[in-house]
Amino acid sequence: MKQKFDIIQSTCLPIKIDNCNTDLIIPARYLASTTRDPQFFGDAFMHDLRFDADGKPVADFVMNQAEYAETPKPGIHEIIIGGQNWGSGSSREHAAWAIAGYGVRVVISSSFADIHRNNLLNCFVLPVIVSKEFQQELFDTVEANPQAEVRVDIPNQTVTNLTTGHSETFDINGYKKYCLMNALDDIDFLLENKDKISAFEMAR
Amino acid sequence: MGHTLFDKIWDAHVVQKVEDGPTQLYIDRLYCHEVTTPQAFDTLRDKNIGVFRPEQVVAMPDHNTPSDQQERIDDPVGRKQVETLAKNCAEFGIRYFAMGTKDNGIIHVVGPEKALSLPGMTIVCGDSHTSTHGAVGAIAMGIGTSEVAQVLASQTILQSKPKTMRINIEGTLPQGTTAKDVALYIMAQMTTSGATGYAVEYAGSTVRNMSMEGRLTLSNLSIEMGSRAGLIAPDEITFEYLKGREYAPKGEAWDQAMEAWKQLYSDPDAVFDKEVTYRAEDIAPRITYGTNPGAGIAIDECIPTLDEVPEADRTQFLAMLDYMQFQPGQKLEGTPVDYCFLGACTNGRIEDFRAFASVVKGKKKASNVVAWLVPGSWLVRQQIMDEGIDKILEEAGFELRLPSCSSCLAMNPDKVPAGKLSISTSNRNFVGRQGPGARTILASPLVVAASAITGVVTDPRKLRP
Repeated sequence: MKQKFDIIQSTCLPIKIDNCNTDLIIPARYLASTTRDPQFFGDAFMHDLRFDADGKPVADFVMNQAEYAETPKPGIHEIIIGGQNWGSGSSREHAAWAIAGYGVRVVISSSFADIHRNNLLNCFVLPVIVSKEFQQELFDTVEANPQAEVRVDIPNQTVTNLTTGHSETFDINGYKKYCLMNALDDIDFLLENKDKISAFEMAR
Repeated sequence: MGHTLFDKIWDAHVVQKVEDGPTQLYIDRLYCHEVTTPQAFDTLRDKNIGVFRPEQVVAMPDHNTPSDQQERIDDPVGRKQVETLAKNCAEFGIRYFAMGTKDNGIIHVVGPEKALSLPGMTIVCGDSHTSTHGAVGAIAMGIGTSEVAQVLASQTILQSKPKTMRINIEGTLPQGTTAKDVALYIMAQMTTSGATGYAVEYAGSTVRNMSMEGRLTLSNLSIEMGSRAGLIAPDEITFEYLKGREYAPKGEAWDQAMEAWKQLYSDPDAVFDKEVTYRAEDIAPRITYGTNPGAGIAIDECIPTLDEVPEADRTQFLAMLDYMQFQPGQKLEGTPVDYCFLGACTNGRIEDFRAFASVVKGKKKASNVVAWLVPGSWLVRQQIMDEGIDKILEEAGFELRLPSCSSCLAMNPDKVPAGKLSISTSNRNFVGRQGPGARTILASPLVVAASAITGVVTDPRKLRP
């Protein structure tokens, strides 16, 4: 799951659901796994919207439509455009594993739930917050042309709709940006700072 | 300028501020359950490291535990998850409250009732309802599994400091109205993302007069407004609740702790990034009609008509009603229900069972209803029996079950079948939350009790004595 970030240019998977909670992203019954198998979690991504109770694909759900059905690979469907308040509800990191396991590298929305946003970052999926207007423009562009590409430039912190040429900058702190660009985990940083932790404990 | 309660606790736990980055925050208490920790322990093994401060970690299974018997877990996948937690705790030297023992229960019920969660602490758990523990005057936040691994490895976490919001609720709650209704009301007012990015402090006379159980319910539901943390300044009610409990400081240590805890309040001149005030008299017993907890109404109101919904929200509004099999403008009072659930980290405490019993006493459960009454912990269950509440429930045709997360989420046998309508004291009415295809109305213990007696959605104020 650890991978270095630079520039991602890809077609998009539009999931136009506001308040798309983590129960929808991955239903509870998949949480009983004790592994982090990307295939298992990728297959469970949006499961109950993709498949009916008999396991048959739900024809009108976006991921089952011919133009969006291809699983992500470089340049194809690596970017999700999601509805507002993406990832609300449960803290289950399994939702981020499902998104990463499916092959997605960037989720763009006008707002994210706080815990899910951190989880995405810890799973090397970049959450990008854009204005509501730009979010709507991206939905419109992709709906009009599923082949339309969006470019997410991490070094310059810009997201660009290559169809219209419109661009927005996005926030990410310098520490996390460095981590993403160099595929570094928070836990390694913390372990390097053990002396500070012990000093804090002594001083209490 | 004065400090907010949140600032005081946060500032006292800063190990370092990372340059152009988050804060490294010291964590006093990590709780672990079986669902969100196996992969975190794997991370420790992969890195060949131990748990940094095992004495500050407490673990117990709750999501997969059945509520009808606790001799075994029939589902092999759920069983393996619980066994994995037990094994990990043994391997890493972590205190473990096993299923079926008197120490076990839902983490967010057990933590406060054993005084493992104390004022001034930083508390985390891989569970969004960790916000519950904020009711004792602590910063308590839900985290992901990678973050659980961070805390296991270092007793610290990297977090960006949230903004602060104070929600004041003033006045006396009308009859039949509870902390659950307060939370459902706030969500409906500010939506399920209204407090995203904020840590919330609840204040005002309504909160000051609320019992500890009520405060825990209120803080529990903070995450349903988008806030990771919901704090309440500790006061005499808090201290009275905690004193003498199993892990509370004793003797001189208690007196010392009290000195520190009495400083835990927002200074009069503290400035919040946002402040809102609601009037208790505007709040009534509530129910939800949609598939997010903010989609709710007072129980005697109708679902909004399409005209009343902003145009941008109509598609989602209709999709919610389609799933719930309700119509715009419909009145839900009187709608037949199939399942009634009392329990969960939201409403699985003694006060909730007292409230439920006060409604059903001397009446009979409706024959069309399946009722699950599930205490939040073995301690709660014991108190129910000590107070004779189990007898009242039994005479009314209800069975008291065993402590578990139960029907709050579909990870144990208490699943609501597809299409069935449940009225539930739990915290989420999401699509499929109580089981694939299950339909959920969220409500207080009083509303669920009244509905369990009549078999239809019922306003407890209108139930004949």
